[in-house]
Amino acid sequence: MLPSHPEPAKTGSGLGGAAISRGFLIAVVVGYLLVLLAGPLVAIVLEAFDQGLAPLWAALTQPDVLHAFEMTLWISLAAVLLCTLFGTVVAFVLVRQRFIGRAFLNGLVDLPFAVSPVVAGLMYILLFGQQGWFEPWLEAAGIKVIFNWPGMVLATTFVAIPFVIRELMPVLQAVGLDQEQAAHTLGASRWTTFWRVTLPSVKWGLFYGIVLTFARAMGEFGAVLVVSGGISGRTETATLFIFRALDERQQVAGTGVALVMAAFSFSILIVMELLKSRTQEAAQ
Amino acid sequence: MTQGQRTSPWGRWGLRATAVTFLLLMIVVPLAAVVERGFTDGLAGLWEDLHAPAAMDALWLTLWTALLMTVINTVMGTLTAYVLVRYRFPGQALMNALVDLPFAFPTLVTGVMLVVLYGPQRAVGGWLQRQGIEIIFAPAGIVLALLFVTYPFVVRAVQPVLMELETEQEEVAYTLGASPAWTFVRVLLPAILPAVVTGALLCFARALGEFGSIVIVAGNIPGKSLTAPVHIFGEIEAGNLRAAASISVLLLGLSFLLILFVDWVQQRREHRSVAVSV
Repeated sequence: MLPSHPEPAKTGSGLGGAAISRGFLIAVVVGYLLVLLAGPLVAIVLEAFDQGLAPLWAALTQPDVLHAFEMTLWISLAAVLLCTLFGTVVAFVLVRQRFIGRAFLNGLVDLPFAVSPVVAGLMYILLFGQQGWFEPWLEAAGIKVIFNWPGMVLATTFVAIPFVIRELMPVLQAVGLDQEQAAHTLGASRWTTFWRVTLPSVKWGLFYGIVLTFARAMGEFGAVLVVSGGISGRTETATLFIFRALDERQQVAGTGVALVMAAFSFSILIVMELLKSRTQEAAQ
Repeated sequence: MTQGQRTSPWGRWGLRATAVTFLLLMIVVPLAAVVERGFTDGLAGLWEDLHAPAAMDALWLTLWTALLMTVINTVMGTLTAYVLVRYRFPGQALMNALVDLPFAFPTLVTGVMLVVLYGPQRAVGGWLQRQGIEIIFAPAGIVLALLFVTYPFVVRAVQPVLMELETEQEEVAYTLGASPAWTFVRVLLPAILPAVVTGALLCFARALGEFGSIVIVAGNIPGKSLTAPVHIFGEIEAGNLRAAASISVLLLGLSFLLILFVDWVQQRREHRSVAVSV
């Protein structure tokens, strides 16, 4: 499901020689990109700095804003941890083992991409909320999942499941078994083989998957909104804060936090670009 | 590839059981809960929820905005892939990187950016409004948000296929006097069509569920700019979980069919390329 990210080829002359149609096509595409992507980006930077640095800084250092950032960080880290640990196992099993139902499992992995975030949130309400499937047990155990951090971690994990698996599978496939078998023949244990042979050869692919997972997790909004109730200073993440701030006409704080997240996403994009060349080197 | 004969059966079964349990618990059980709630009162209940005027309006709006966006982004995405693969110009590497921007950005932030640019009280938005063009709090804003969010899909689906394609055939067609447009339609398009279709379907499937950018941009006026995912959110907030689940079941069904179709297109393409290489 994840589109691959090829670098442009170094050669190629284009469709015939018509310089006019070449210039025209480039202009159309660059124009579309500028209007669609760059325009909004410039707009939010101008907007956030509209009243100078002082109000922006004051808005960004409010206690509920800081708490929201902290919440986003912890929820995302927890989701990344779950997605990475279990995602690695799933990728390993799907690539290295053949069994009945494997194709079905492989298909399951892509499903979170096709599920609306709101529906993802609804799933956990129906499981853990009032009259939910598991509600009687949780009630008895005194565990609160909905309107609380466990539900937020689960919902965020759900939407981010595919990334590590989909990035790791092709790399695992490409690496093959030769080196592992060699290590094993030389007397290495399975753990040693995994840590010293398998992991180093797939590390860039894994890292790329982790970066994508983190980007997706920290930006998640719909699923978390449904599950958390967005209680200010408690279950409110950065995206939930933006939503509330705009609703309450706290324009500077809302766009300020949005700008911080945009800047962070932008740096993730740069890391992704750097990693791409690394993973391609590793693949060759 | 063989199964690692060297691993003990215990280790193999342990890993497999972990993987299966994780995917079942995290994906299958939650989805089953939605389907179960949608069907609590049988097909009649589901039908009743889907037939409510508000639900019908929301579903219709979601479908037509997604379709319109898919047409635009399929054309522009294919064009972008073509320009990125076949031409060299300054700023190209930057442009290639910029294509991924929507994948890295939180969709809510996308919504905020669009409101800041096109809101009626802003410079650009105000000017457009004086020309009679309403974007924010209108279906046009929904289409715009969807265009932003799904832009990479077609580009990244078509780009690798285009890169593998030899330019020879095109050049032959061109030498024989075919116009660039004719060459594109007769030579290039048949080769990249499966990739274009894949990208377009992914765009459409993604658009059906989009929430974060739309909820900010659309203004969510019932009957005018309230999409299906926003409607589902409203039903959850109002405590109508069955109605929310019913509409979710329809959206899920539609997305799954699209994903299955994408898999089928891709498998067919793989078979064909194998046949050619043999």
